This record gives sequence, structure tokens and C-alpha cells, in this order.
Amino acid sequence: MSVIKTENLSFVYGEGTPFRKVAVDNVDLEIGEGEFIGVIGHTGSGKSTLIQHFNGLLKPTSGSVYIDGERLWDDKARLRAIRFKVGLVFQYPEYQLFEETCYKDIAFGPRNMGLSEEEIDKRVRETARLIGISDAMLEKSPFELSGGQKRRVAIAGVMAMEPKVLILDEPASGLDPKGRAKILGLIREYHKEKKNTVMLVSHSMEDVAKHCSKILVMNNAKVFCYDTPVNVFRRAQELESMGLAVPQVTRVFNRLRAMGCAVDDEVYTVGFGKELIMKALAGRRAEP
Amino acid sequence: MLKDITIGQFFPGTSPIHRMDSRVKLLLTIAFIVMLFLAGNIYSLCVGVAFTILIYVISRIPFRMILKSLKPIMPIIIFTSILNLFFVRSGDVYWEWKFIKITSEGVNTAVFMSIRIICLIIGSSLLTYTTSPIDLTDGLERLLSPLKKIKVPVHELAMMMTIALRFIPTLIEETDKIMSAQKARGADMETGSVFKRAKALIPILIPLFVSSFRRAEELALAMECRCYHGGEGRTRMKQLKMHLVDLIGALVVAAFIAGVVVVNRLVSQGAAV
Ligand SMILES: Nc1ncnc2c1ncn2[C@@H]1O[C@H](COP(=O)(O)OP(=O)(O)O)[C@@H](O)[C@H]1O
Ligand SMILES: [Mg+2]
Repeated sequence: MSVIKTENLSFVYGEGTPFRKVAVDNVDLEIGEGEFIGVIGHTGSGKSTLIQHFNGLLKPTSGSVYIDGERLWDDKARLRAIRFKVGLVFQYPEYQLFEETCYKDIAFGPRNMGLSEEEIDKRVRETARLIGISDAMLEKSPFELSGGQKRRVAIAGVMAMEPKVLILDEPASGLDPKGRAKILGLIREYHKEKKNTVMLVSHSMEDVAKHCSKILVMNNAKVFCYDTPVNVFRRAQELESMGLAVPQVTRVFNRLRAMGCAVDDEVYTVGFGKELIMKALAGRRAEP
Repeated sequence: MLKDITIGQFFPGTSPIHRMDSRVKLLLTIAFIVMLFLAGNIYSLCVGVAFTILIYVISRIPFRMILKSLKPIMPIIIFTSILNLFFVRSGDVYWEWKFIKITSEGVNTAVFMSIRIICLIIGSSLLTYTTSPIDLTDGLERLLSPLKKIKVPVHELAMMMTIALRFIPTLIEETDKIMSAQKARGADMETGSVFKRAKALIPILIPLFVSSFRRAEELALAMECRCYHGGEGRTRMKQLKMHLVDLIGALVVAAFIAGVVVVNRLVSQGAAV
């Protein structure tokens, strides 16, 4: 059974004002358990609006959302429980830090769940380890940390609730390349270790190309396609026409194919591209 | 949810009233208030009502906005009506029970006062509906600029107001975001005792303060980088200019005020005869 399912989901901002804006338009979606989904789309394509429906922060203008088969908004009292099941990390999550120490901030979510002190301690320490926060850092004020560290503490705050589905809205935005790689790497680690469903929102293909089982492409409030990376990157031209660059290696190999080289597979990681080239070179050396 | 509080309740449009100079609109709003208070009886008040309807028709502000602006003052209207109804004791008695006495004068005064308050509120609301907050402070600064002679820091006050107005929507948006983020972590702001709810505000207020200070610092730096040093010798990108529409507006208001005065006279003469 799918963890998340939507039916004709639509959302309109500012209904009945001159600022009316359809942000999500008739979305039908099914997300299976344990999947790693990449969500991409141009800025303003409705990604953030869409994901805020999955934990009941936004109420659909029309259509419905099911989590584990349970229809949201039928019983408002259930929403809080849903929020522990579907953890949502907002964009720039470091702006939500407020406690005196990182430890207390990470413990905020688990404490709201009403867990015992031992369980809270266990979860905070385990999450901190998973996301590379040292014990010394846990005792510091979150406002003393660097940007990347703050970001990791904030993400840990949601991870520590051990949600069945973890959704991250542009977790790497505004960081330097090293910080980006670190955060994205840690999220992959988390998925590998926990086997939970993860949704990673980004406007960069490069970020989601690796490690995703499926990619959801949003365009103008609609789902443009929802498929495996191979099938998505096959539509490179369409993606580029809506302002989404496919990964650089994919572009290189697409051009190679256009030039008449026999490249069968879709290439979207540098590692795989290298492998193919080495194979081709080895074949050429063996020929004469 | 927070978005529903329209503080800068500007309603963009292109009607003649939207196009008027903000200074003229400010002055005409004062003239409008004077007009309503000049109206001494129900007939001359009708002239004021006609004027209010006229400006709303011209501005094409939706009817729903009128109701919205009336909602917060409804209790005041009801309260004054009740006071007038029960405590004005002259005129024909319509209904009597023990010490309560409702008279024709009472009913008349209650209706008269309610209509006057309603016109006052919805008429002056039109100023903020049809003028962007920035234009409004600009106009205010220009109107008050003579006060600079007596060392009132008019420019600084106007700049503070502009900045405050500019950041209200930003802060509302920010509050919304932080609230959502904390709700996603299971924060519960809707149930519990007053004390518990007040405590639940901490995870929202602290991040909000931190980001406000950060914004203030960034803005101050950005302003200094562009050599901002107060109002002295500062020129404007948007020059306020009078147009034909402003002249017509002023004339129309003058005509209605004259109308009110004339009707007042006629009625009092009629009563004397
Ligand atoms: N709180 C809001 N009020 C009004 N419009 C909004 C709000 N949030 C987003 N929008 C609009 O909805 C559209 C989708 O926004 P969003 O979901 O944030 O896109 P993305 O995350 O893909 O950049 C945009 O056009 C944006 O301007
Ligand atoms: Mg977004």
C-alpha cells in the first residue's frame, strides 16, 4: 500500500482576492513505502505548497490526501498524530531554532510526542550521531553554530521524531558546495540506515539525480512527470525548456549519442559515466 | 490564517480615486468627516450617504470589503444605538415598560447616529483601500513638512512608518512560516490552559525576534551603503503631482459639502415656518 496518496489535489492561495493563485493543480500521486523520491521544479512551481499538504499544514482547496490510507481532514484531532508520522523540514529550517541548547531543540519534537525522558535522550543522541553533531555541539547554543551546523541541528529536530516519511524542502539551499554535499550525503545515509520513505525537494537535478528511486517533476502547479530517473532524464529537452537543467554528465552523454556514439544507457552520475567511457575505451583497445 | 488580517488593506485598482494624489485624498478625507458632522438632520445626512455610495461606486471596491471594515466597529454602533434608544426621553412615546421608555426622538437619534458612524468608517476606509501605504506616508510627509520649521523630524517619522508598513507583510509571512515549522514538530497552540498557550508562543516569538533583528541590521547596512543620511537634500523617484482628477475630486467634495449646508438651512427654515 502507498504511504502517501493524493486524489485531484488542488490548492489556491488568496481565493476571492486579486492575488488569487493556483499553486497546486489537480495532482494525483502515489508514493510507496521506503522510496526515496526527488521532487524538482522551477521556483514557484508549487513544490513547497504540495508537500505542506502531506502533514496537514495546508487544507486542500479540493481533492484529498491519504496517509497510510487515512484521509486527512476528516478528523481534525488526528492531524497532530499525522504530523509525527510525516516529518516535514521546511526551507531554511535554522530559522526555527529557539532553545538554549541544541540538545533541547532537537528534543522539542520528541517531547511533544509525549515520550519518556530515556526515549527522548536515546533519540536525540542517535539522531545527533547520524547527522554528525558531536556531544560538545549538543550542549552549545544553536545561535553559536555555523550555517551548515545550524541546518543539521534543525534537520535532526525532525528526524528525532522518527517519522515514517521524512520530507525535506530544499535542505541544501543557501549552503556552500561542501555543505550541500555533506547535507545531501547525510540524508542518503539516513535513508539507507532507516529505510524510511524520504522526499527530497530541490530545484536542482544534480541534487536529486543520485540515489532517487523516482523523480517527481512539477511545472506550473501541475505534475509534469513522475517516473524513474532514467525515464525522466530521457526527456532532457522538455526539462530544459522549462528551465530545469539535467545533470551535466547526462547532457554530455546525450550530445555524444547525438554525435553517433553508441551510448545505450541513460547516464546521470559521473561515476556511471566514467565506467561507460572506460568500458568503451577498453573495447576499442581490444579491437585492432 | 494570519493572512486574513489585512493591515495594509490596499486594494489595487485603476479607478479615478486610485489615481488621485495621496495628499489630496488625505485632505478630502478630512473634508468628508467635516461634511458628516455638518449634517444636522436626517435629510442633510442623506447627502453624505449619497456621497459615500458615489465614491464606492467610482472606486469599484467590492461590497464585501465594506462589510469587513464595519465588522470591528459593530459593537460600538450597537452600543450607541441602545444608549440613544433608551435614554433619549423626549418626543412621542412608542412603548413603555416600568422605567424603560422608547420615544420617537430616541429612535430618530439612534438611526441618525448609526448612519453617521457607518458612513464615517466606510468613507474613511476608502482612503486606505485605494492608496498604497507607501503613497500614504509619502503624502503625509509632504503635508506635514511645514512642521520641519519647528524641528519636528517629519522625514524620519515618515521613513520609520514606511519601513514599518513595508515589513508588516514580511513579518506576517515569517510568523506563518515559523508557526508551520513548529507545528510540523508537534507544537500545540490551540489547546490547553492560558498559561500553557502562552508558553507555546515561545518557540514562535524567539525565532521571530532573532530574524527581526537580523533584518533590521541588514536593512540599516544596505541603507548606509546607499549613502542614506536622512531627509536633507533628498530627491524622490515618484514626484507627487496634481492632475485634473484631483481638481475634479476637490470640486465634487466641495459641492457635496455645500449641498449638506443648503439642506440643513432648508430644513431648519421649513421647521421655523
Ligand atoms: N503564502 C502564500 N500566499 C500566496 N501565494 C503564495 C504563498 N506561498 C506561495 N505562493 C505562490 O504559490 C506558488 C507556488 O509557490 P511554492 O509552493 O512556494 O513554489 P516552490 O516551492 O516550487 O518554489 C508561487 O507562485 C507563489 O508565489
Ligand atoms: Mg519552495
